[in-house]
Amino acid sequence: MTHNIVQDSYEKLFQQAANEIKLREESSKIRIQVGSATCENAAGAREVYDEFNKHIEASGRQDIVLHQTGCTGRCSCEPVVSVQIAHQMPVKYELVNRELAHKIFSQHILGGQPVIEHIIDSKDGNLTKWEFMFCNSARCGRDLLPNFQEDLSNKLEQAGLTKGQYKVIPANCFGLCPQKAAGKAIYMMIRPSKTIYRITQIEHLDRIIREHILGGNEVKELEVKTKPMSQRFFNLYGDVSFFSRQTRIALRNNGLIDPEDIYEYITCDGFKALSVVLGKGNKEWIIEQVSKSKLRGRGGGGYPTAQKWEMVSKAAESTRYLICNADEGDPGAFMDRSMLEGDPFSVIEGMIICAYAISSNRGFVYIRAEYPMAIERIEKAVALCRQHGLLGKNILNSGFDFDLELRLGAGAFVCGEETALIHSIEGERGQPRPRPPYPAEKGLWDKPTVINNVETFANVPAIFLFSPEWFASLGTARSGGTKVFALAGKVRHTGLVEVPMGTTLREIVYNIGGGIAGGKKFKAIQTGGPAGGCIPEQYLDTIVDFDSLTALGSIMGSGGMIIMDEDDCMVDIAKFFLTFSQDESCGKCTPCREGTKRMLEIIERITAGDGIPEDIIKLERLGNLLRKTSLCGLGRAAPNPVLSTLKYFRDEYEAHVHEKRCPARKCTALSRYSIIPEKCVGCTACARNCPVFCISGTAKHAHVIDQSRCIKCGRCYQVCRFEAVSRT
Amino acid sequence: MCTCKTDNLSDIERTSELSLGPEIVEYIKTICEGPHKESQLISVLHKVQQKYGYLSMENINAVAYLLKIPAAKVSGVATFYNFFRLQQPGKFKINVCLGTACYVKGANLIADRFKQELGIDFGETSKDAMFTLEIARCLGTCGLAPVVTIGKEVFSQVTPDQVPVLLDKFRKQ
Ligand SMILES: Cc1cc2nc3c(=O)[nH]c(=O)nc-3n(C[C@H](O)[C@H](O)[C@H](O)COP(=O)(O)O)c2cc1C
Ligand code: SF4
Ligand code: SF4
Ligand code: SF4
Ligand code: FES
Repeated sequence: MTHNIVQDSYEKLFQQAANEIKLREESSKIRIQVGSATCENAAGAREVYDEFNKHIEASGRQDIVLHQTGCTGRCSCEPVVSVQIAHQMPVKYELVNRELAHKIFSQHILGGQPVIEHIIDSKDGNLTKWEFMFCNSARCGRDLLPNFQEDLSNKLEQAGLTKGQYKVIPANCFGLCPQKAAGKAIYMMIRPSKTIYRITQIEHLDRIIREHILGGNEVKELEVKTKPMSQRFFNLYGDVSFFSRQTRIALRNNGLIDPEDIYEYITCDGFKALSVVLGKGNKEWIIEQVSKSKLRGRGGGGYPTAQKWEMVSKAAESTRYLICNADEGDPGAFMDRSMLEGDPFSVIEGMIICAYAISSNRGFVYIRAEYPMAIERIEKAVALCRQHGLLGKNILNSGFDFDLELRLGAGAFVCGEETALIHSIEGERGQPRPRPPYPAEKGLWDKPTVINNVETFANVPAIFLFSPEWFASLGTARSGGTKVFALAGKVRHTGLVEVPMGTTLREIVYNIGGGIAGGKKFKAIQTGGPAGGCIPEQYLDTIVDFDSLTALGSIMGSGGMIIMDEDDCMVDIAKFFLTFSQDESCGKCTPCREGTKRMLEIIERITAGDGIPEDIIKLERLGNLLRKTSLCGLGRAAPNPVLSTLKYFRDEYEAHVHEKRCPARKCTALSRYSIIPEKCVGCTACARNCPVFCISGTAKHAHVIDQSRCIKCGRCYQVCRFEAVSRT
Repeated sequence: MCTCKTDNLSDIERTSELSLGPEIVEYIKTICEGPHKESQLISVLHKVQQKYGYLSMENINAVAYLLKIPAAKVSGVATFYNFFRLQQPGKFKINVCLGTACYVKGANLIADRFKQELGIDFGETSKDAMFTLEIARCLGTCGLAPVVTIGKEVFSQVTPDQVPVLLDKFRKQ
């Protein structure tokens, strides 16, 4: 009975959304899509948006629409603008500013000529006519047609297409093989027609080329009817290698939909999972599905999500709470923010599903105050959900009541820890308490409480849309699905990267990240932020998942991933994280409060050139002590950056201590700048640039640095074009 | 004869309300009607800071009185969280991102330069009351590192040499 009512309510909602979208008649219009998120705006997206708006108004054209989305996660190219014209390949521009917006509008939109030089990753200067994007993931039929890429290219050329006219792109899983057919077919998307074909034998390619490419008629028999989750994503972004090698589940709508428009979310299958779950009305079944999916918490610990839910659902106490942890304290991570800014509805949908499974009527989103835009977006999303009967009383007429409240953090990293977070919601100082009891037993106001991370919740609807088996099959034996990383540091392409669990670090750094910028040498990957460690080159083929990274002495963490090159000093990096942990230690327990301080003193001494041989041993001893005796995860993990660098880069510590030398020449106290008189031509560049004016000399004569005043800023070294400044 | 008044609660209430202003008083009233009013303390403090730029002693006392929470506890919470400021900030807030990505790209040199140019440390306000220098932890624009925000403006890929130029620009505003 309830099944029908819920289903009907959902269909009605879907119809409403579909009509609303249809009224806008956007499919036939030219669409200019501009990212709108903290990062995009920092890069100037708002001005670009206004500029386009102005041009559209001035042109008087009714067939051009401006569309805002969250960020796609391609930080180094922001602001990103895409221009979508029906029956044409979508074109994406990078680093757009006001002038470029003007040019794009007049040259591309009005004049029909894309501004080739500014297209992302398309420096080769031509736009292809056809693109063939095929799933090259291990699960797809790679073994079936092992030379797919080559075979297709050959056939296309035989058919008369020339190299510049087409592109064959190996992409990652489209999310099409939940069926038992996994491994039995290769899926391929053809752009600009967006057709997806299911190919099981090589002859199919001949037919597609003959009928579709040359004849202009789609081969209906081979076409896939269901719309995979990633279709929209791949259609828009799949040609860019940074994106085509990702599998987007948690980020499935990021950069595609307007995060302030609930209708767009609904027409992308939003709340369909919720309607299935509520319609079915079987709470155990929900938890069983989540268990089968092998979803593990994305907040860092990797605790199996279903177990947490089950514990709370079976609690004796009937008042239960639900909390979404959006504190995101890792100083190098921003995936949760991006999800909340780019697709807040999917987080909310995941939360409602969980609330229903554990019979909770009151939930909280604990979000850090430093994220004003994410707060605004989630507030709007909650209000829209209430208006549409998705939050509040009798959700989708199922009889189930649930509502969400927002609680703001106030700049304390330790509040990401679950017991501290609970204290903070209660209005107390955010200090942790010993566990057990775990929040699942005694949480908020001592009631059983589920706390999950933003990304954990964002994954939940996908499990119900595409089956838990499919979700599990994406990952490794013990961990299903994908993980989003915030890739930053010295790689060419920085940004958000979502890859299946089990992807190698090398794939992330080199194939997605594009390798080290500026031709430098790779040194280490830091994962897990202040709680994690540095992983050296020899372990680049390690796969990412909770267990394998822990085995290396780092952790998966919430997803910060910083790449470091030869110019980075590992002792300095350890110092950086330790400074952070020391600063954020809440001071409740002695090992962490005092221990981080002493460790920091030692490491500061080492980088200042005053280290003594015992220091290294002391650091190790203290670190192990903190690991064992601290009250919460902050103190227990604080030594990780030090211990892991001591393990893999001990020689660097030794160089600092014994030779008073910083091999990466990063630690300023250990470096010395001097001018080599034979090489100096007296161009005066260094003297003019030295911020403390400690370089003397007259034009055309060798210059000299006054060592007593030099602050070792390195400016002279950078500006000298005659290699006359030496740095040791 | 002793003239202390012990029944001056209505005075305190009035000064508290005056100090916080009507919107916040209204907000506190709605909170007091709902469940778990103490749990909204942090959000009240956020509202006060948003309005006045910082949490003055008077306002901390006023919040305590109106929410019926001991003032010691309110100031305990206010001092625990880094986000809350107890002193009046300068006209512009400078946030130097010292997140991992920015650090790796040399943000510490920029931080040093700001300190040097302004003659203050983090958490302090310059003598002319123009700038308050603060540390930010990842503004989420790591791709554009190192990042600094001044007032509402964001500056990316900042070099130490730009620091004095930026400061001058804001001094003239
Ligand atoms: C110091 C510290 C900081 C933490 N910060 C966060 C955070 O910012 N976001 C988060 O989701 N979890 C954080 N956690 C983990 C939480 O305590 C908790 O395990 C997590 O929110 C559970 O959600 P999950 O099972 O979905 O991962 C932190 C833990 C510690 C010890
Ligand atoms: S380990 Fe550190 S942060 Fe955690 S309770 Fe102890 S002092 Fe506080
Ligand atoms: S390192 Fe900096 S302070 Fe020292 S001489 Fe060179 S420019 Fe001047
Ligand atoms: S910049 Fe180089 S060449 Fe020119 S004066 Fe300085 S040291 Fe000499
Ligand atoms: S570390 Fe500075 S913006 Fe991310």
